[in-house]
Amino acid sequence: MKLVFDISKPGRSSQILPECDVPEVMPDAAFLRQSAPALPEIPEVEVDRHYNELAQEVFGVCDGFYPLGSCTMKYSPKVNETIAALPGFAKIHPLQPAESAQGALQVMSELSSALAEITGMDAVSLQPAAGAHGEYTGLLLIREYHLSRGDTARTKIIVPDSAHGTNPASSVMAGFEVVNVVSNAEGGVDLDGLREAVGPDTAGLMLTNPNTLGLFDPNITEICKIIHEAGGLCYYDGANLNPIMGVMRPGDMGFDCVHVNLHKTFSTPHGGGGPGAGPVGCKELLAKFLPTPVVIDSEGRFELSRPESSLGRMKAFYGNFSVMVKALAYIKVLGAEGIAETAKASALNANYMMRKLDDLYFMPYGQAPCMHEFVMDIAPLEHETGCSAMDVAKRLLDFGMHAPTMYFPLIVHEALMVEPTETESRENLDRAIEVLRQIWQECHDDPEFVKASPHDAAIGRPDEVTAARHPVVRWIPEA
Amino acid sequence: MANYLPSTAAERQEMLEAIGCSSYDDLYRDVPGGANSVTLDLPAGMTEMEVLGEMSHIAAKNTVFHMVFRGAGSYNHYIPQVVKSVTSNEKFVTAYTPYQAEISQGVLQSIFEYQSMVCELTGMDASNASVYDGATAAAEAVFMCEERKRSGVVISETVNPDTIETVKTYCASRSVEVTVVPAKGGVTDAEAFSAALGNGASCAIIQQPNYFGILEDVKPLIDAAHAVKAKAIMSVNPISLGILATPGELGADICVAEGQPLGMPMAFGGPYLGIMTCTSACMRKLSGRIVGQTTDHDGNNAFVLTLQAREQHIRREKASSNICSNEALCALTASVYMAAMGPQGIEQAAKLSCSKAHYLAEQLCAIDGFELAYDQPFFNEVLIKCPCDPKVLEAKLAEKGILAGLPIGDSMLWCATEINTKGSIDYLVEAVKEAM
Repeated sequence: MKLVFDISKPGRSSQILPECDVPEVMPDAAFLRQSAPALPEIPEVEVDRHYNELAQEVFGVCDGFYPLGSCTMKYSPKVNETIAALPGFAKIHPLQPAESAQGALQVMSELSSALAEITGMDAVSLQPAAGAHGEYTGLLLIREYHLSRGDTARTKIIVPDSAHGTNPASSVMAGFEVVNVVSNAEGGVDLDGLREAVGPDTAGLMLTNPNTLGLFDPNITEICKIIHEAGGLCYYDGANLNPIMGVMRPGDMGFDCVHVNLHKTFSTPHGGGGPGAGPVGCKELLAKFLPTPVVIDSEGRFELSRPESSLGRMKAFYGNFSVMVKALAYIKVLGAEGIAETAKASALNANYMMRKLDDLYFMPYGQAPCMHEFVMDIAPLEHETGCSAMDVAKRLLDFGMHAPTMYFPLIVHEALMVEPTETESRENLDRAIEVLRQIWQECHDDPEFVKASPHDAAIGRPDEVTAARHPVVRWIPEA
Repeated sequence: MANYLPSTAAERQEMLEAIGCSSYDDLYRDVPGGANSVTLDLPAGMTEMEVLGEMSHIAAKNTVFHMVFRGAGSYNHYIPQVVKSVTSNEKFVTAYTPYQAEISQGVLQSIFEYQSMVCELTGMDASNASVYDGATAAAEAVFMCEERKRSGVVISETVNPDTIETVKTYCASRSVEVTVVPAKGGVTDAEAFSAALGNGASCAIIQQPNYFGILEDVKPLIDAAHAVKAKAIMSVNPISLGILATPGELGADICVAEGQPLGMPMAFGGPYLGIMTCTSACMRKLSGRIVGQTTDHDGNNAFVLTLQAREQHIRREKASSNICSNEALCALTASVYMAAMGPQGIEQAAKLSCSKAHYLAEQLCAIDGFELAYDQPFFNEVLIKCPCDPKVLEAKLAEKGILAGLPIGDSMLWCATEINTKGSIDYLVEAVKEAM
């Protein structure tokens, strides 16, 4: 495909803006740029076609099965896009007076309440712009809590080895040291290891439950108790909330603080990698530290307010508002019952796939039911045929399906993490099962063919080593 | 009640039985309390028609001002229709981070093009795939500059206050000292700025045009930072770069910007776009995703996520940032905006915004009691003293469908863009006269 710059010719841009109807004023020459930017000059028709051509080489949820584990690539309802684009939501200034933005503040208030109810928390901040941003915010709440008590010795966050990479990275950003705990044979937190890890320096624990193996930790109450008895707080990474919402609440499991991903659990589209939103919920003991501002309902009038001991601001304004609008519309459609039904269907779809594949593929933690996702270990298949997790994943692309998450979690070396989501029908699951079984057979019959896949994609496997060694990260105009 | 499940209740029951379960409790056996541990206190569900009706009713409670003279971090620029059309393409909307390069060349190439365009606009060598917004971009930029021997950031008080507060939050947890240099006459106090830099700071942040719309004499501030081996981070309004000197030309090491003016609606504050570009020397310290060009095994041109050794999924606690997603759809929006407008279009938007703001200032200041708070050159925002309570004037203008300048003390921060016609400015001025 041509670069947008390659279809540019001088003078071809469309005229979009009118002539100036007031006296023209330019800043003094000293303030002006020396040369014009080499931005493309393209007529509208070619702009349209260029991006349509790019779009053909994109795989979206609209194209087919997208079992990208831990990303919850569920269907994004169209009505939510329509609602977010209403002028009353899209064309309002973030700093317009509260009296003129009561609808927007109502959206934030209603969404905060609904998320608090779903997660079992007392207060919510909608400001974080993504899951990792939410983690960072939640950890800062924990930091503020300990500091406010004069407890400066609590410098460590405990993170299981099955955690997302963002957990340790967020902990360091929040000023903590990371203590890794290994998982037990069942894939859960090893209680003895946890008891050894806690102490007067424990600030808290970050846990994803169900974890990245797709397993709900049966010892969850005990885990939270161990942390609390040591004086720490428990942070719930809501990346995997989808199979739990309406079934069980993190707050009832013993967690003090959570983030949820509106772009995963609450159906807002992923946009090729954002914008998402990562609201944070917390118990009362942390509420006064929440980022500023939060929305309060003052006798039917909504206002923005700064929490008493706010940790400050995580970004400009209030968060990704349009994303909030979409998530609220989704929650309103599902209602209490629909939320639980959705969660259960996501677990059902994952278990259905796992059970229909476990005679061929090795499921290292397959003895227990999974939640919304399961992890296949391709190591035995690789031992037999030489085909790796990467090879199986790439071959799937040839069948019009997205690959599962590869090589994660790290504790399963040839991992493929499969999350079908609840918005796939039984026929789609049966088709995916059939394809994975066929690929297993191909690995045995013609491993070289599988290793050379994908065969039908726009490009073959790219050379990532050269890309990193000699980075070319922008187009440069010819001199 | 509605939901988005494609399977019927009967089908789901059959599937449960097909895997040897009699009920959901068998799947949720590890959950204390089983599959029904909680009953949510939320209303019953709705149909699509009902939710559209209810949300439209809520949207109608917001006032959509037909004349907007307010900026302060969110700008009402014209958005070409082709931008909306391209960015609502379902493929772009519903894809995720391009982990599978073979079937994601479209997203990857669009990000590569975005990186190239913002490098051109800002005059820098390298860009990431974007971060959350301008404020977080500034905070991330500070951590690119931190070294073992040099630490701390000096930030001018004339930077947007939301940016200053975000930088403070990010810095507090890592014990990075933040020194806010007071403004003097609406611009950075250059002497105080240099003095603050003398304490071993790793970097300084300045904004052009500054929060009050004023064009600062930026070059000496950047030179002052470099004189003590600190990095210079320059925060800009991307539209202004249609005419204003680029961070690259002025010698900045890192440029950050709120990208919202490049085609994104105001949308009550988000989602917006955090632009981050830098010199080649800083490239490997950039946070977030970066797309690079390479080839596949047949020698075809290909794009991939690159320099991933900086990132959390590889480095975990040693990563340079926890950033995972970028704002890809907003970056695409900015790209399509720049492609549709072209260099002349962006230059024109900048000239129109600047000219209209000057006309607005001249007309307002012709009214008794209104005068410029600072006699300084400005771009498209200007702080004007108000002879009455600015909140009262704001309310009176709101009744006429006008979103006035932002009240700041006894003044208001007014803004104009290409959208504000001469007619609307004249209407505003008449409305102000009537209100006095």
